[in-house]
This record gives sequence, C-alpha cells and structure tokens, in this order.
Amino acid sequence: MAPYEPEQDSNEAGELRAGRRKAVRYVVPLAVAGVAAATIGLVPALATSGDPDLPDVTAQELIEKIAASDTQQLSGTVKISTDLGLPSFASGMTGSFAPGAGGAGGGDEEGGDGKGSAADPSAKLMELATGTHTLRVAADGPDRQKLSVLDDAAEYSLIHNGDDVWAYDSASNEAYHSKDGGKAGEGAGKHGGKDLPKNVPATPKEFAEQALKAADKSTSVKVDGSAQVAGRDAYRLVLKPKASGSTVGQITIAVDAKTGTPLKFTLSPAGGGSAVVDAGFTKVDFGKPAASTFDFKPAKGTKVTEEGDSNDTFRHEGGKDVKDFKGAEPGVNVIGEGWTSIAELKLPGDQGLPTSASDDVPQEAAKFLDSLGDKVKGDFGSGTVFKTRLVNALITDDGKVYVGAVTKDALLKAANAAQ
Amino acid sequence: MSRAEAAGSDGRAAAEAAGSDGRAAAEAAGSDGRAGAETVGSDGRAASGVALGTGSGGRAVSLAWTLGLFRSELSLTFRRWRTLALLAVLAAVPVLVGVAVRIETSDGGSIGGGGPDGGGGPAFIAQVTNNGLFLVFTALAATLPFFLPMAIGVVAGDAIAGEASAGTLRYLLVAPAGRTRLLLAKYASTLAFCLVATLVVAASALAVGALLFPLGEVTTISGTRISFTDGLLRALLIALVVAASLIGVAALGLFVSTLTNSGIAAMATTVGLLITVQIVDQIPQLHAVHPYLFSHYWLSFADLMREPVYWDDLVKNLGLQGLYAGVFGSAAWARFGAKDIAT
Repeated sequence: MAPYEPEQDSNEAGELRAGRRKAVRYVVPLAVAGVAAATIGLVPALATSGDPDLPDVTAQELIEKIAASDTQQLSGTVKISTDLGLPSFASGMTGSFAPGAGGAGGGDEEGGDGKGSAADPSAKLMELATGTHTLRVAADGPDRQKLSVLDDAAEYSLIHNGDDVWAYDSASNEAYHSKDGGKAGEGAGKHGGKDLPKNVPATPKEFAEQALKAADKSTSVKVDGSAQVAGRDAYRLVLKPKASGSTVGQITIAVDAKTGTPLKFTLSPAGGGSAVVDAGFTKVDFGKPAASTFDFKPAKGTKVTEEGDSNDTFRHEGGKDVKDFKGAEPGVNVIGEGWTSIAELKLPGDQGLPTSASDDVPQEAAKFLDSLGDKVKGDFGSGTVFKTRLVNALITDDGKVYVGAVTKDALLKAANAAQ
Repeated sequence: MSRAEAAGSDGRAAAEAAGSDGRAAAEAAGSDGRAGAETVGSDGRAASGVALGTGSGGRAVSLAWTLGLFRSELSLTFRRWRTLALLAVLAAVPVLVGVAVRIETSDGGSIGGGGPDGGGGPAFIAQVTNNGLFLVFTALAATLPFFLPMAIGVVAGDAIAGEASAGTLRYLLVAPAGRTRLLLAKYASTLAFCLVATLVVAASALAVGALLFPLGEVTTISGTRISFTDGLLRALLIALVVAASLIGVAALGLFVSTLTNSGIAAMATTVGLLITVQIVDQIPQLHAVHPYLFSHYWLSFADLMREPVYWDDLVKNLGLQGLYAGVFGSAAWARFGAKDIAT
C-alpha cells in the first residue's frame, strides 16, 4: 500500500473516491464490534434454547431417583443468587426456606451450614444470603467434602476431611480448625442428604413415598418438563404450596436425568418477580476429585483458631439456622405446619423493638427502625411488620416475634389467634 | 554521517536517517542483500524507509523488513529515558510494598490486624509474610489497576502522535513501507512494552520477596498446597496474563494516538479514559456496562491461584482484551490509513 495514496487523487472525483474509501475503512472496526455484539447476544440464547427430550417420569419415580442417587463423588461450580429484598433479615433464613421440601433441594447450602458449624464460618456463609456468589463444591464419599466461596482474588474454603474440619479464609490468611469431624459430618448429613447418602434413614423407595405423602398434605408435586443445567439433561420437579398465605410461589428443582442428583434449585416468590433463591450448578463433574483438593495444612504464619466445643457451636449456630421452624430452640413455638408455619418467639426482656415513642434510644435510630417496618394493630395489641420478599416478621410491642414465610395477613391472623 | 551499503542482487534500497535522540533505524540485514543509505534528519529524528524490489524473495524480504521496523521501534521505545523512568517507578512499587509489609510485621503482628476482610490492601497481601512469592501477586494486583496501564497509556499514546508532533511521522512514511505495517510495528512494540513492564514488576517483586521473606511451598487461595516450582510457574503465567490484560489499553491508546498530532494530548486522553473506565467500573448502578469495560476482569488473574484454576473470568478477560484489540486496532488502522499526514 502506498502511503501517498490519498494525496495522489487531486481532482474532484478522486477526492470523492478517497473520501468514500476513508469511510469504507471505518466499516472494519464497526464490523468487528458488530460481530462481537452479535456473538455475545446470540450465543447464550442459542445455547439455552431447546429443552432436552427425556422420557416421561412421574413425580414419584423422580423422587425415588433422587433418593436412590448414590452420587458420592462430585465436583462443580455453583452459582447462588439470593434476592430477599431486605438484607438485614436475611441472616439465618437461608437454611429454612424450604420447610416442606424434606431436604431434597438446597442441599449445597444446607450441607455447608451443617459442615461449617463445627468451625466458625456462619458469618461468612451468611454473606451468601444476599447477592450473587460463585461457589465450588467437591465431594468424595461421606468423609471428604469441600465448599469454597469464590471472592475477588480470595477464597473462603470449608474442608471436611475425615476427622478434620478446616475453614480457611485466604483474604485474611486465617484458618479455623475442628477435630470433631464426625459430629460435623452427621450434622451435614441431616440436611445434606445428597452429599451423605449413608445418613438417609430409609430405603430410597420408602423415602420417596414418605416425601410424597408428607408433601401431599401441603404441597403439590409434579414433574414439569425438562431443562439443561450445567450442560446436562435434567427433569424439572416443581413443588407448590397448596395452602394460601405462603409467600413461596413455587420451588423448582432440576434433577439430573442420569444420576438423580439435584442440579438446580429455584425458589420463586408468590408475589412474582425474579427468584428469591436461585442456586444451581454451572459446571458439574461426577468424577472423583483430586485427593489434594481435601488436603489442607495451614502454612507457617497462618493464624489458626482451634474450635473448642464444636458440638455446642453446632447446636447454637446450626440449630438456630436450620431448625427455627421446628421448635428445636427452647422458647420457640411453631404455629401451623408445612409452608404456612409461623415461628413464635419472645424477645428477651418482654419488650418490643424500640420505637420513636420510647426514650431509651436516640430518635434517629428509632425513626430508622420505624421506617423499615409497617405499623400494625390488632387483637394482639400493636406491633411492627418487617417484610422481605420471602420471610415476613411481626414484632409486637410486648416483645413477641412471629416469623414465617407467609404473608402479612397470615402473620396478623396467627398473632391474633395466639392471644 | 552518510553511509551507503551496497548490497545484493534483488536491488533494494533503504533510506535511513538516524537521529541524535537515539532512534535506531532499521538495521540493514546484510545477507538478504539490501542497499541502505542513512541520512541525518535536520530535526535530529530518524525516519526509515525501504524501497522494495520486485525481484524474487519479495515476501521473505518484506517479512525481514517488517521485523527490522519492529526492532527499530522496539529499541526506540526502550532507549527513551521516559520509558526507563516508567520501568523504574514500576520496579519500585514491589520494593515499597515489601518493605512496608516487612516493617509492619517485624514485631510478629499480622497485616492490618487480620480480620475477616484481611484489613484491606491489595489482594494476597496477607500471605506475603509466609511466602515471598506472594509479593509477586500483591505487586501485580497493586500495579495493575493504575500504574501499569498508565505506563502503557503513555507509550501507546505517544506511538503515532509523538512522531507526528516531533515532525518525524512523514519521514517514516517517505518510503513505501506502508502505514499498516508501521502501525503494526508500533502496536507490537507497545505490546512488547506491556510484557516487559509486567515482567519488571514481577521480577522486582520476586527479588524483594526472596530477600525479605521466606520462600517455600505455596498455599493456594483454595487452601491446597503446591510446590515452589509450581508456584513459580503460576507466577510466570500470572505475569503473562497480566501483560495480556493490557492489550486492550494498548489498542485504545494507539487509536487515540492516531486521532491527534499532539503526543501529550494522546497520553492524557488515554490515561483519562483509563481513569474514567475505572470509576465507571466502581459504580454499582452502571453494572449493566461493567462486563464490557476493559478493566472489569483484570483481577481475574488471581483465579490462577485457585486449585483447580477457575477459568471462566480469565477467558472472559482475554476475550475482552482481544475484542478491544480488534475494534480499536482496526479503528486505528482506519484512521491512520486515511489520515492526511502534514507533519
């Protein structure tokens, strides 16, 4: 290409041609940008279109499949998006969003809660209750699991290997250690049946029948087509509460067609809108994870905190998280059952939240608290309702708290009835 | 200092002008047979050009010429005091970080008192005391958001506009070397600077880390352990990824450089764009555009320290850099190829 080309055209026609050639040159970057935009826009759309063709199964068969699943080895990447609406109420609720699901879904987070309770990860795991997070899970039999929360340039790992439970936070380079791995494993097994099949008390068939029977009263269960999750064909199991008053619209569990492993868990609110909880594998591999994955030794200089009595911690932390609605904690009274169950508990000191009327808090703070909730009145007296997209809570002025995944009206009704 | 080299049968002639500012013109490669003539430009700046012969072996010769042009651009870039000063500043960052960490932890304490958030500071800084190798990652994480791209912005912004403002651009184009080829040589030398700048940071950090802190087995951020050799390999890989992360800025800077005849304006615009993009990337309300900002996935190099490596963001980062290189590289080509060169 001659460098003087543009200047060589001296006559008018030549200038016009040169101008056009100049303009044509800019087509190239525009084309590159256009092709890139089209690729970005179209490829995901093409990749997700078309649900796989799978033979029809009934809900019972599918639940049997989940229960019979002997997935012992698994590794993958999980994406969790949580949109509860009000972060301050999110803590403690992740483990309890599915009172009727019988632990069939959400095994990843719940397993994490149980496992981690032997160390001290509750605060970290509570972060999962808001926003979008990427997790990595790996499991190799009942004795070895790992759950990592991927942060920016850092990672928080929970490693269960035999008798040891380690929690390692690379951002602060601190580790927590518990020797009491067996207890923690049992704890995990209670909620994460998927990871620890040996702890499932019944045979697969019994389990499925029981689950369906239990669900029959309060829940409609059906298989609703198929989907592609993490590149695998999966059935969609849909659980819907029968009773009105629940804030839960429906729960969708994508179950791997081959292995019966739940791959994706979606909780949609009754009020519509985006999912409250959306947790699913983006990548999954049923091969044996490398042994070094579970091998953790704190490096020299890593601050290690030994956990003393992990059993106590479990009851305190894990129990509070998971069993709120089951009356495990003293002082918690469960009203109703299934989806519309409401936990009733008492605040210490028989006193409600500080309001703008009381003198013991600054006016600004009280006003702020007031602005978060709605003032309500009823037979029970008066109180404040705090709402999230999933869980609502009523705190009465005489210090009682009603919490449940139910609508405000259901809360008021329960409070009135409790008087 | 006029010199003529008589040479081979394919009848090429190269006119080279060597300047006092240390611009090395394309070296005449002896064996492939060229005739070169060097003249000193009145402004002390050098231009080089080659008239390609029509004889056989034209392709090989043109490749050699392209390489020669690239080599001359490269030595021009790296012989500048400005470039050396930039590299010195970059090399000083790990020294500063290392000494600061060393002083703060000399009493046995941890960085920033620990805490769940690591007490702030650049990524990996908490691990530096255990393993000096982590100073490489900390230094790269500290320089990548600003120092490195700023240096690239200075070099890339100066590439064409600097020649234009010094009045040497037309000498470069006197001979039909081709604008495209000149642009490619400029871009290639900018990319070489990206790599060298990153390696300077990494090497300086490794030296400081080895001096001040123990080395040994590396604990990945996933908690698993890898051998020191493995760790070194990963450090090298990370340095390469960081260098590749700068491809986008380099292309952007080159494009800006073709828009103006003022080197300073091009540098300022590039660095200004860099700061703007970094700020936009911090505003949560603009999250919809974040994935398209060239700096958005920069810190993904840390994913190489996970075990197993988490490739998703790394691939996104490299793809994005390629996209920027494609769009702004071709935009620079479109602009530069059609530009009227008056100076």
